[in-house]
Amino acid sequence: MSIDPAEHSHASPALRLEGALQLLQQSGRDLPERSDPAWLQAVLDALCDLSSRDALTGLANRRQFEIALAREIDRVARAGEPALVLMVDIDHFKQVNDSHGHPAGDRVLQAVAQRLLDCVRPMDTVARYGGEEFAIILPNCPPAFGRAVAERIRRRVEQEPVPIEGGAPIGITISLGGAFAPQWVRSTATLWLAGADRQLYRAKSEGRNRACLEQPTDVQVSSEEKNMLFSSPQFEDLE
Amino acid sequence: MNIANPEVPSPSKAAPPTKRARVLAITSGKGGVGKTFVSANLAAALAHRGERVLVLDADLGLANLDVVLNLFPKITLHDVFTGKAALDDAILAAPGGFSVLLAGSGMVEYSRLTAEVRAKLLEVIETLAPRYDRILLDTGAGISDVVLYAVSLASDVAIVVTSEPTSMTDAYATVKVLSSQQQRGVIQLIVNQVSRLGEGRAIRAQLQRVVDRFVNPDAEPAVKLDLMGEIPADPAVREAVQKRQLLLEVYPGSAAAKAVNALAAKLAT
Repeated sequence: MSIDPAEHSHASPALRLEGALQLLQQSGRDLPERSDPAWLQAVLDALCDLSSRDALTGLANRRQFEIALAREIDRVARAGEPALVLMVDIDHFKQVNDSHGHPAGDRVLQAVAQRLLDCVRPMDTVARYGGEEFAIILPNCPPAFGRAVAERIRRRVEQEPVPIEGGAPIGITISLGGAFAPQWVRSTATLWLAGADRQLYRAKSEGRNRACLEQPTDVQVSSEEKNMLFSSPQFEDLE
Repeated sequence: MNIANPEVPSPSKAAPPTKRARVLAITSGKGGVGKTFVSANLAAALAHRGERVLVLDADLGLANLDVVLNLFPKITLHDVFTGKAALDDAILAAPGGFSVLLAGSGMVEYSRLTAEVRAKLLEVIETLAPRYDRILLDTGAGISDVVLYAVSLASDVAIVVTSEPTSMTDAYATVKVLSSQQQRGVIQLIVNQVSRLGEGRAIRAQLQRVVDRFVNPDAEPAVKLDLMGEIPADPAVREAVQKRQLLLEVYPGSAAAKAVNALAAKLAT
């Protein structure tokens, strides 16, 4: 972002704060009284929250998503727990906009966002990645569970047409691509996302309205393995 | 996700020409187990035996070989990669009688392993291999794609491990990755900081048992862990590290120094 600081220094600090508070008020956030010692912290929290959300859907925005993804990939490398990232794209979204208008397109985006939220756990991060594309991070997600969730999401969106004002509900489908973070491997968020993108491309080219997941690399150390690793013979000389 | 680069021919499969360095990657899984200490002192021990040795700092992100050797060069691998300097200018003489090629802090930007970086690293090793008897690759901690790639360039790989549970778990995870992604058959273990004689053998046996049970049924070839040696916990090591000098230079008679010399002797045979 290229904001010239000199240009903004003309506004007094008080004026800039008023602007921020107005923004918070417009977005419908309740703040404590200004005399309350918790007021400043509440303002900061509200601003942080505001800047991490997508305005239309209320989901995490792309910046927030990228922070969460970087954190998760570090955790996977350290703890070896499986994690899945899903890229979700609305099929033929342009046709919705073209034939029903942009307000209908917005309704569809909001409805899909809600369906995604309904299908995942509170610990999962659902984000609007851009345009009609969404992304979901599922920490601690074994492969079989990941496939089930992806399929549940796909079916849920397909089965619930989106009601729009002044017309029949619109039937929507989505394509999903998923990749598991390489366990125990310090990789990069870019590589992880690229894997999910490849699978999304596959889902699209295989006819849309489907979920394709990358086969996870099997380097998980199970608790069974750990148990054996630390069983007593280690401390005896067996050779 | 394919982290190991399949296009790179495994040097272990090609018959080594007569005049070509053997490349040994030294890795650890967990950090802080003495990997760089082992690399530097093993290089000194091999050099003392008359080998021409180069240590390449393959931890492109967070190297500390420079700290261990107390070397702060103006020209590093980073300058070679960016075309600012010739490869020969980046090679330094280290105190123990071996050569060293440091990554330089600018290499942080290479922690993303692009095809270009891979090609350059391979080129550097190919250029230097005919000039040395042995190249040690001091890799980073963890199992990053950079580490896996560096290991893929080596004919031999040694994992430094201690008896700490986290170290053993990470070493085991490293073995699994090297088996499934690089089809490694033989992996060396260097057991560091042992509190009693024979602990290295016990740890190797323990890891091998778990590998036999959980890795080898699906591995082709089956993984055989080989104990290269054990190094006792020795206060002299800490003192040498704090003095930023090689253990073999300052305390050549210490128990740990003798153990490192034994490692070199085993490696040289």
